Amino acid sequence: MASTTTSPEAFGSATPSTSESYLTNERGFLSWLLTLDHKRIGVMYLMGVLFSFALGGFFALAVRTELLTPGHTVMEADTYNQMFTLHGAVMVFLVIIPGIPAALGNFVLPIQLGAKDVAFPRLNLFSFHLWLIGALFLVLSMYLSAADTGWTFYTPYSTTTTTAVIPATFGAFILGFSSIFTGVNMIVTIHKLRPPGMHWFRMPLFCWAIYATAIMQVLATPVLGITLLMLIVERALHVGIFDPALGGDPVLYQHFFWFYSHPAVYIMIVPAFGVISEVIAAFSRKRIFGYKFIALSSVAIAILGFLVWGHHMFTSGQSVLAGTIFSAISFMIAIPTAIKIFNWLGTMYQGRIFLDTPMLYALAFLWVFTIGGVTGMYLAVMSTDVHLHDTYFVVAHFHYVMMGGAITAFFAGLHYWWPKITGRMYDEKPGRIGAIIVFLGLNLTFFPQFIMGSQGMPRRYYNYLEEFTIYHQLSTVGAYLMGVGFLLAGINFYRSLRKKPDAPKNPWGARSLEWLTTSPPPYYNFHKPPVVDFGPYDYEDLVFDKKLGGYVHKSEAKS
Amino acid sequence: MTDTTADAHAGHEHHHGDGPHLAHHFDSYQHQFDSGKLGIWLFLAQEILFFSALFVAYIVYRAMHPEIFIWAHYFLDTQLGAINTGVLIVSSLTAAWAVRCAQLGNKQGLVLNIAVTILCAFGFLGIKYVEYSHKFHDGLGWAAKDAELKWSRHDPKHQVWELPGFQAKHPEVAAAAAAASKEGKSDREIAAVARKAAGGKDLGIVQPANSNTFFGIYFFMTGLHGIHVIAGIIVWVWLLLRALKGQFGPKYFGPIDYAALYWHLVDLIWIYLFPMLYLIH
Amino acid sequence: MTYLSSALLALMQQDTPKPKVPESPHFWMPTSSSTFAEATDWAFDFVTWVSAVVTIGVVIAMTLFCVKYRATDRSKNEQPTGNVDHSNVLEIAWSVIPLPFVIAFFVVGLQGFINMRTPPKEAYEIHATAAKWSWMFQYPSGYTTNELHVPKDRPVKVIIEAQDVIHAFYVPAFRQKIDAVPGRYTHAWFEAIETGEFPLFCAEYCGTNHSDMITKVVVHEKDAFEEWLEEAERKEEEEGLKNPVAYGETVYKQAGCATCHSLDGSPKIGPTFKGLFGKTERFTDGTTAVVDENYLRESIEDPQAKIVDGFPASMPTYKGKLSNNRLRALVEFIKSQK
Repeated sequence: MASTTTSPEAFGSATPSTSESYLTNERGFLSWLLTLDHKRIGVMYLMGVLFSFALGGFFALAVRTELLTPGHTVMEADTYNQMFTLHGAVMVFLVIIPGIPAALGNFVLPIQLGAKDVAFPRLNLFSFHLWLIGALFLVLSMYLSAADTGWTFYTPYSTTTTTAVIPATFGAFILGFSSIFTGVNMIVTIHKLRPPGMHWFRMPLFCWAIYATAIMQVLATPVLGITLLMLIVERALHVGIFDPALGGDPVLYQHFFWFYSHPAVYIMIVPAFGVISEVIAAFSRKRIFGYKFIALSSVAIAILGFLVWGHHMFTSGQSVLAGTIFSAISFMIAIPTAIKIFNWLGTMYQGRIFLDTPMLYALAFLWVFTIGGVTGMYLAVMSTDVHLHDTYFVVAHFHYVMMGGAITAFFAGLHYWWPKITGRMYDEKPGRIGAIIVFLGLNLTFFPQFIMGSQGMPRRYYNYLEEFTIYHQLSTVGAYLMGVGFLLAGINFYRSLRKKPDAPKNPWGARSLEWLTTSPPPYYNFHKPPVVDFGPYDYEDLVFDKKLGGYVHKSEAKS
Repeated sequence: MTDTTADAHAGHEHHHGDGPHLAHHFDSYQHQFDSGKLGIWLFLAQEILFFSALFVAYIVYRAMHPEIFIWAHYFLDTQLGAINTGVLIVSSLTAAWAVRCAQLGNKQGLVLNIAVTILCAFGFLGIKYVEYSHKFHDGLGWAAKDAELKWSRHDPKHQVWELPGFQAKHPEVAAAAAAASKEGKSDREIAAVARKAAGGKDLGIVQPANSNTFFGIYFFMTGLHGIHVIAGIIVWVWLLLRALKGQFGPKYFGPIDYAALYWHLVDLIWIYLFPMLYLIH
Repeated sequence: MTYLSSALLALMQQDTPKPKVPESPHFWMPTSSSTFAEATDWAFDFVTWVSAVVTIGVVIAMTLFCVKYRATDRSKNEQPTGNVDHSNVLEIAWSVIPLPFVIAFFVVGLQGFINMRTPPKEAYEIHATAAKWSWMFQYPSGYTTNELHVPKDRPVKVIIEAQDVIHAFYVPAFRQKIDAVPGRYTHAWFEAIETGEFPLFCAEYCGTNHSDMITKVVVHEKDAFEEWLEEAERKEEEEGLKNPVAYGETVYKQAGCATCHSLDGSPKIGPTFKGLFGKTERFTDGTTAVVDENYLRESIEDPQAKIVDGFPASMPTYKGKLSNNRLRALVEFIKSQK
């Protein structure tokens, strides 16, 4: 299909006509569902991710509502257990993992590189279809009897519970392959489809982050795949690899699971680093500070991420020696992470900072992710981890990282690229208010969880001791506040879609290549293949054009 | 080439037209080929990791329960396993040859080699089928004796000392064990008798607890490998049809190359599985 | 282990009032009630102070930059006042300065962890069994409770196992936690430094009533603990001897007899109890004897004295482990197995 629509003339035109815009050049449901265009696939991922985010958010609010009082508030214990499992599974597998790499990455990365598409467009579409099928299996499991195992599916609980564990794990298995194929595509695209001039260290940091992520997707996810398959086989066919009654080892499952799921944590957060690097530089109007350090620290995190899975298992009975090694390597990850934060601050220093919505989300990220990062150290210190493991402290920590880190960055990126994706500017004011509400809600939700966690409140508790009530109630109020913030952002996006396209090519004055093309981009991404003889953060060549409402190169500026 | 890595996995694609098989976003055939090659290598990397956890599970379980593996190996047909190894190696050779033929534009050779590869793959599966049905027939399933899964119950019909292979190798031990078993002696006593007959060496012929788990691992590993063989057959058949149409030549042979790489990996995995499962002592 | 009968399970699932969390003097942590709580708290505070400095530093810098370098009008095209985009000195500085801190964290954590995972040899041993959704603790005498009673100022080693799925033994006040894994033993030790009652949680998700798998640790003064245990046992025996056969069954299960001696006639490691009383047994030395009360008592207290032909001599002695009353009840129970 792609080949038949090649039209060299298209490169010459200056403004997009409806037949050129990727959004409108073909019509009909199938022109989306079977498209090979990375932009459309990205948009479909985006819709899927946002829908799943609403679903996962609903489950989160159900959980928080139930925890408003000790004991029964609105649902039974079993329902509660299903709710937090669904919340975790949906948010991890359907939202955060595909959120930045597959949705934003698919849309943005090839254009940032100056490529016409990803390396394997069919494989790209195939990953999206796998995502859909995987999501359907998760939905099917909800319909049958949603799993109540927690998103970690620990054996032997998961092999003995009566709920529909098999459809849920099979869904996750398929989603895993979706993620692997996206990773393969991204690596090959970055290696092979960079046009002349776009050498490695001229790539935007977003590409570096996606590259590091893709390595982990390709090398870690298959282990999850086979592990879930073993779990399915164990449950359905009674093969006893993890079953102590058959001489198996339930802790082996945990090793396998975390061998994937710790890198998965970085699959979730490293792309966020990429978004934040783009946004902070663009809104500080200043070249990113320490480009190479940020780029390579992503790769360092990706590699080290494979060697620390055992820090999830300090209390599982694993040997002191194993714990020691895992603890030591875990601390090594603190360094590349700290480097990034300091470099972002260095970028802001002496910049010209515009506090638009994406930047507000990025600042929220800086603040919240720092808290999420430092609280990770309590969990790498083995003695404190023994106390904090499986308490709300852990819940608070990873929500600060996943929610405050990955989701906040996802929203930063979504606001940042929204004009490019849709061709429409959203309303700044509600956007900013939304960002602030989300930030406040986030802290109100999760900070009290640190306190109750270190006070000894275990996680995944339907019922709790009365002494913890006040913390739970604060947390629930915060969750609703956060819900309001996201709702506001959603309404704001929706309203922008009802307008006529009005976005300039380059509203933020960013320098990566996606801002050289029209908003929305044409089917072939660029009317003229870009000549890359500048860096991704060379903002000084751009000037703001009031009439256009966006930036142009100073050589094109009229006055 | 946009489609071949997907095909190596799912094998459901057909190629889009446009005469020369160069996708619009590549500069040249070489560029397209290199990209595809990197893609297939990444795919193979994930395949290796996919199997690796299974190998680790095998190692862990074996380290915990060596007796199960020793007992179970008496029941595996080394001969059929060895033949299958040979069959796969031949098919790997023809797969590599097919690549060469494609590069040289030798259509006849290409078709022939792909056909032989496919035949070998079917041969492999046929032999596997024979092995599997023997196992089930002999009650060597993986589910525990009292499990609800009737069709895969593990309830061996024969003892080790009743196996012709074992009798031929250790006639005294087999006879002593058979006699002890006839007298209705307990497993512990049979083991003691057998050890005595073997000159103090424990041959591990008495069925240990949880011996079904070995067969669980055996069927899982070989079954998963078998699924990869089937996927390979689908890809090869598709490539055969395309080869018959003369789509491959010195400029465009990527798909054959990628399929052959995948096929070598499938072969390689078997080369690990064979000694791990069949040749253990 | 399999000695947990359904009757005991019922006992385990009795509704007990929820424990109270003792008022803690710390903002973050619960009361420091074990010997290593202080070290853990110190590590926690150490990380907290460093983290607070880092976080506050980042937030202050961020806010300061936002205020100082804020721009509002894009059409002014203001350029940054400086355009430094790298500094190897700075990069190395902020890579190296955190290093000693994380190394210190690691070392502090390792020391604490080794301490937590190395129980003293002379520790008082209690067996814990976790099952959906309650705890059972068994003291060396065989006496069992749902709440964990321990002496103050004496190291206690809890040897933990799980019956069904993974659970975790967690006493926040002692800063101690370990998973209870089916098919293997794990252990947790602690030395309580104050008397009182502290919540004990299951910290590994285990299904419907996971959050009700809460009990308490009761810390007694050292001597009071012994008294408590004796008194509790005496009471139980008194109660039990009103129906010695039924009590004998409890002992049969608690003391682990069931592992080797069946009640259905099938031989396990040792002879079955079914129809044992009154039977004539042949021993490895060729002699025979009729099973009566004295033979049973001897076999329990000195199992190696007579070994029944065809069975290994592997039974440990129960002399001193079973009180007279429990022994009597057990003999009555065996007698009743016809």
